[in-house]
Amino acid sequence: MSKIMNIVVLAKQVPDTRNVGKDAMKADGTVNRAALPAIFNPEDLNALEQALRLKDRFEGSTVSILTMGPARAAEIIRESLYRGADKGFLLSGREFAGSDTLATSYALSCAIRNFPQVDVIVCGRQAIDGDTAQVGPQVAEKLGLPQITYVEEILDAKDGKITVKRRLENGIEVVEGKLPLVLTVNGSAAECRPRNAKRTMKFKRAKTPSERQESADDYADLYDSAAYLNITEWSVADIEHDAKWLGLSGSPTKVKQIESVVFTAKESKKLTAADSEIDELMKELIVNHTIG
Amino acid sequence: MNNLYVYLEIEDGIVADVSLELLTKGRKLANELGCQLEAIGIGYKLDGIGAQVFKYGVDVLSIVDDERLKYYTSLPYTSVLVKLFGEEKPQIALMGATSVGRDLGPRVSSALFSGLTADCTSLEIGDHEDKKEGKTYQNLLYQIRPAFGGNIVATIVNPECRPQMATVRQGVMKKEVLDENYKGETHRLNAKDYVNDTDFAVSVIERHIEKSKVNLGAAPIIVSGGYGVGSADNFGLLYELADVLGAEVGASRAAVDAGFAEHERQIGQTGVTVRPKLYIACGISGQIQHIAGMQESAIIIAINSDPAAPINAIADYVITGTVEEVVPKMIKYYKKNTK
Repeated sequence: MSKIMNIVVLAKQVPDTRNVGKDAMKADGTVNRAALPAIFNPEDLNALEQALRLKDRFEGSTVSILTMGPARAAEIIRESLYRGADKGFLLSGREFAGSDTLATSYALSCAIRNFPQVDVIVCGRQAIDGDTAQVGPQVAEKLGLPQITYVEEILDAKDGKITVKRRLENGIEVVEGKLPLVLTVNGSAAECRPRNAKRTMKFKRAKTPSERQESADDYADLYDSAAYLNITEWSVADIEHDAKWLGLSGSPTKVKQIESVVFTAKESKKLTAADSEIDELMKELIVNHTIG
Repeated sequence: MNNLYVYLEIEDGIVADVSLELLTKGRKLANELGCQLEAIGIGYKLDGIGAQVFKYGVDVLSIVDDERLKYYTSLPYTSVLVKLFGEEKPQIALMGATSVGRDLGPRVSSALFSGLTADCTSLEIGDHEDKKEGKTYQNLLYQIRPAFGGNIVATIVNPECRPQMATVRQGVMKKEVLDENYKGETHRLNAKDYVNDTDFAVSVIERHIEKSKVNLGAAPIIVSGGYGVGSADNFGLLYELADVLGAEVGASRAAVDAGFAEHERQIGQTGVTVRPKLYIACGISGQIQHIAGMQESAIIIAINSDPAAPINAIADYVITGTVEEVVPKMIKYYKKNTK
């Protein structure tokens, strides 16, 4: 292995399903996406940190961030640039709409083939809008690469091999794999470093071509003189692909039905914290052999 | 051919509970479909597997036994399943939603281009009509799972691709021995025919796997804490109550995220599903994702300072008060009035 590494981080912008307010569900039981803030998928930030640590270890390495999503997803690319990523790539287009994990993985794997050299692909274990943990392993399979999932820490990288610690349900495992490969990173891994003030200034105006078209920019010349401000945007035409594996047609799983969750309420006995009421409850539970 | 397969997760020659739970579910689904239940075990020194699984109604057990397969790694295990499924063309393949199943399942589904639904909470057989294509499909696997942080439940189907694959978390299905004397056949497969030498690209150097100390699934009583407990220290009160009652301690996702309790104690859609005879919810507001994992408890006591906490709606007893106030009183009464 050379002394530098080409690292690609896969990231996703997701609705913040952990902070779902009352207006997150519409009356008809569908999700009101507009009411949910869009955030950087948490475990993808853990993945970015592991990538940046590899770059710290091998000075001169490149960390590229790749995301598939609507124009708005450029927000997480900028966030990555502020925190230390070198380049951003957005894969976007209506051909990708309706993708399940398999069609998503296919599209991402085609985009990754655009990079001339990739040593490590790092992504979060799973995204909080689906919690499926499928895209990492499926990208690896599509590219014919090995995978190591549930990574908590990269322990070593040398001689074309990487050694990592995995966090499993009941313990840990240390494994060694040959590069290139795919790593999926756990939420238990180190938090991502914060924005760097200088980088935030530097990349504040980093934009995709679509974003530049949206807002008539006074700084048009800037993008010619400062190439780093151009976030690469790939459409379906920019990746080598077979259209039948994209979007809905490339998705073997179909959503048959969606229901909002409603629980049947019980008639409950209301008690206060008074000694007598707690005593009475405990007595009842002992007498009917629920406890004791 | 076209049978239902369950992937057996094996640690130290012991089949994981989640696999036995899936065998129980798989047996029922296979009966409905009129097909056989098959199991596949991969590993090293697997002579004892048959005795563990046939009683759950397994008709055919396939075993791939090789020293190089002693520990799970993605590529060789994937190769076995991809080759076997290619030959046998199962209609359904189920595996545990563990760190193994969630590593293996997606890789196999990608290689076979067969859809996979993660973390199903229910599996049923039913028909499906695709109105746009004007096609009807019979006896599909309904893969039912929560999505969007538990706010919706989606039913997923794979109309065209086989096998229909799903993962299920431990504790979601119930394991039940079908017949102690159930007889199935064992097929020993030759590892060399199923694994490539190039598959060993990742090697396990070190492993520290502990038998989980926490067994929420089997606990008759659970004392569970949420964010409202306030601190890891206050969780001590819950352990004290659990200790006197002979209970296990559980936690909500918010309490685990806040570091009050270990992840293995998490109850809910992204943790364990439990159905004890008594569930004492302390300082748990009752997000959908938690309630989905404990609503089948026989008796639910909710202790919460907020009288409008959503969990109160599904509780048999609602105690409005703080955990620090109520829990010590429960301990005190119980100690004084038993033995």
